[in-house]
Amino acid sequence: MLAAILVMALGAVVLGAALGYAAVQFRVEGDPLVEKIDAILPQTQCGQCGFAGCKPYAQAIAKGAAEINQCPPGGDEGIHKLADLLGREFKSLSAEHGIEKPKSVAVIDEQACIGCTLCIQACPVDAIVGAAKQLHTVIARQCTGCELCLPPCPVNCISMQPIGESVETWKWKYPVFKITPAQREAA
Amino acid sequence: MTALQRLFRFHGGVKPAYNKEASTGLPIAVAPTSELLVIPLHQSIGGMPRPLVTAGEHVLKGQRIGGADGNVSSAVHASTSGTVVAVEMRLMPHTSGLSALCVVLEPDGRDEWIPRQPFDFRSATPTQTRDYLRDAGVVGLGGAVFPSYLKISPGKQGKLDTLVLNGAECEPFITCDDVLMRERAGNILKGVAIMREMLDAGQVLIGIEDNKPEAIAAMEVAARDANRTAGDSTIKVVRVPTRYPAGGAKQLIRVLTGIEVPHGKRSTDYGVQCFNVGTAYAIYEAIALGQPLISRIVTVAGNVSRARNYEVLFGTPMRDLVALCGPLPDSDRVIMGGPMMGLLMPDDSVPVVKAANCILVGSKSLFPAPPPEMPCIRCGDCAKACPADLQPFEMYWFSRAKIFGKAQEYHLFDCIECGCCAYVCPSHIPLVDYYRFAKSEIWARELVKEAADVARERYEFRLLREEREKQEKSAKLAARTVAARAKAAAALADAEKPAATPEQEAKKALIAAALERTRTQKELVHPENTGNLTPEQQAVVSTIEARRAEIREMAKAHLRQDD
Repeated sequence: MLAAILVMALGAVVLGAALGYAAVQFRVEGDPLVEKIDAILPQTQCGQCGFAGCKPYAQAIAKGAAEINQCPPGGDEGIHKLADLLGREFKSLSAEHGIEKPKSVAVIDEQACIGCTLCIQACPVDAIVGAAKQLHTVIARQCTGCELCLPPCPVNCISMQPIGESVETWKWKYPVFKITPAQREAA
Repeated sequence: MTALQRLFRFHGGVKPAYNKEASTGLPIAVAPTSELLVIPLHQSIGGMPRPLVTAGEHVLKGQRIGGADGNVSSAVHASTSGTVVAVEMRLMPHTSGLSALCVVLEPDGRDEWIPRQPFDFRSATPTQTRDYLRDAGVVGLGGAVFPSYLKISPGKQGKLDTLVLNGAECEPFITCDDVLMRERAGNILKGVAIMREMLDAGQVLIGIEDNKPEAIAAMEVAARDANRTAGDSTIKVVRVPTRYPAGGAKQLIRVLTGIEVPHGKRSTDYGVQCFNVGTAYAIYEAIALGQPLISRIVTVAGNVSRARNYEVLFGTPMRDLVALCGPLPDSDRVIMGGPMMGLLMPDDSVPVVKAANCILVGSKSLFPAPPPEMPCIRCGDCAKACPADLQPFEMYWFSRAKIFGKAQEYHLFDCIECGCCAYVCPSHIPLVDYYRFAKSEIWARELVKEAADVARERYEFRLLREEREKQEKSAKLAARTVAARAKAAAALADAEKPAATPEQEAKKALIAAALERTRTQKELVHPENTGNLTPEQQAVVSTIEARRAEIREMAKAHLRQDD
């Protein structure tokens, strides 16, 4: 009886020590789930989800504080990926957070720009260059199309222009076949 | 000298109807210059060259109009002398039907060359040679249009054992390499000699399919001459069995050398480099004649009455070329390339570019619409036919289901899109269309992911920068507060000290005068009770004074103790 208790107690102590050592030694920095969710989010940093950026939204999803259908730039495809990752049910994009739009870039009307720098301060990815009382311009390659520069502009000189397809970015379409009804022979 | 070369077999392949006789009956003709040439700037793999001319400018034949931009890019030249009408978006010879930047050139009819001089590659540094070939716009003319200067990097990859020259030309209808070898074998071999010297190659194997006896004969004569000139016998013309796609680079290397280039490796890792015969000719023209690449041999075949090979200036509308060959009335499409790998053109107005080895005119009777796609019956014929040793059915299922990661695991990107699998498929599944779809989706996703990574990095840097700026600001504020406090304290100290204004000076003088007055008055007034004292009285006073001094001393000691 006593021997059994001692053996069990010894086992508990040894395993507890091993687990404690592992918890300290092999500690995972950060939350791997947040990283995985963040990798799916489109990184526009637009804030349409109601959070300050993609990372805070990812943290909120990981905590269960936010739904997975609050990211309009990610679209249905993004929601599907999040649903797959988290084992949740797919939900269509929530209307209150916006609609999925074609990918666009901001373009500054250089005739109208007054050089106020407000858009530069608003851009989350530093994709606008310019200085006070100097013309501003958008680095199209870096622009995520978040539209955050639109509201601060006092002269409304920024517009969003959808990125068209080019020969380089054109994609082969999914093969589709027209099904035509067979010709009936005249009886 | 047809070498008694041991030949190997590549896996799979098919034997479609070759249809090559129609266009080999007549010699190469020079196509007349069109009224307007539309020269796309982007004609090779890699970055789009930047335009070097503007509308209204007069250019000479061979003048550079597009400069190579980036590490992988090749220059573009004016095909003839004339005036640049516009640099604008024009319809590209691409299935998408999209436009890209083109130089629109109106020929002046004089066909006036830029000054041409041979390039002395023997005394040039490797970098100079590379730059020269890049600026001469030489690209692989087999169809892949890969910039040749990247393959000719003298002294970079060390010694090359085998230089393979690809004259197999395996795709049906196409005969441009065939006629080039028949008519210009000597110059091709001069190009080969140049390449051999640049690459320091050991032997040269020229692989030609055995359905081109005239080309083989011509090349053998030229090779014999070249060997005699060089005094050795390193150049061999090898007759390879006719089987599509023997002209694929990896397949031809396999047939000629037995080397199977594995996934993720290059043929140069095994001491083999492969060039098309047309590329060798272009290199000869660029190095020995100083002529950049401005034209190529194009086969016009298919649904035409007079199929033929033409030497065509780049930018010539395909319509003009087709018109020379008498298209049959039921022609309804133009394909760039052959029937197996060719690309359907959006219409016949698109220009001839460096990749255009063949213009195939099609019709419903010549290329009937494929029967409807039936379900895959898992017969495995596609895997038997695949020359790249892939499993086409697996890639098809995953591409169809849009499980791209799995398709990639089955080495989707090793697929050369030769079309053998679709050719043998009993269910008429357009397999290559699925692979192309999957490949472009994967590329697009890759680009989106890269853009997101860049955006994340920039956003995080911005947050970091804002945090740093905030800290710097608060540090500055703190420093300023400290400075302000110090200033205030100093001001207070200053206020206590009499300032040296004239007014204060006067006040000070007044105070000093008053003090002086009281002092002199004190001296003048003597206390009357201490005057005229008797000795006894004096003694009492002095003892009292002594006691007082004693007490003062004691008090002082006491105070010091307290301190």
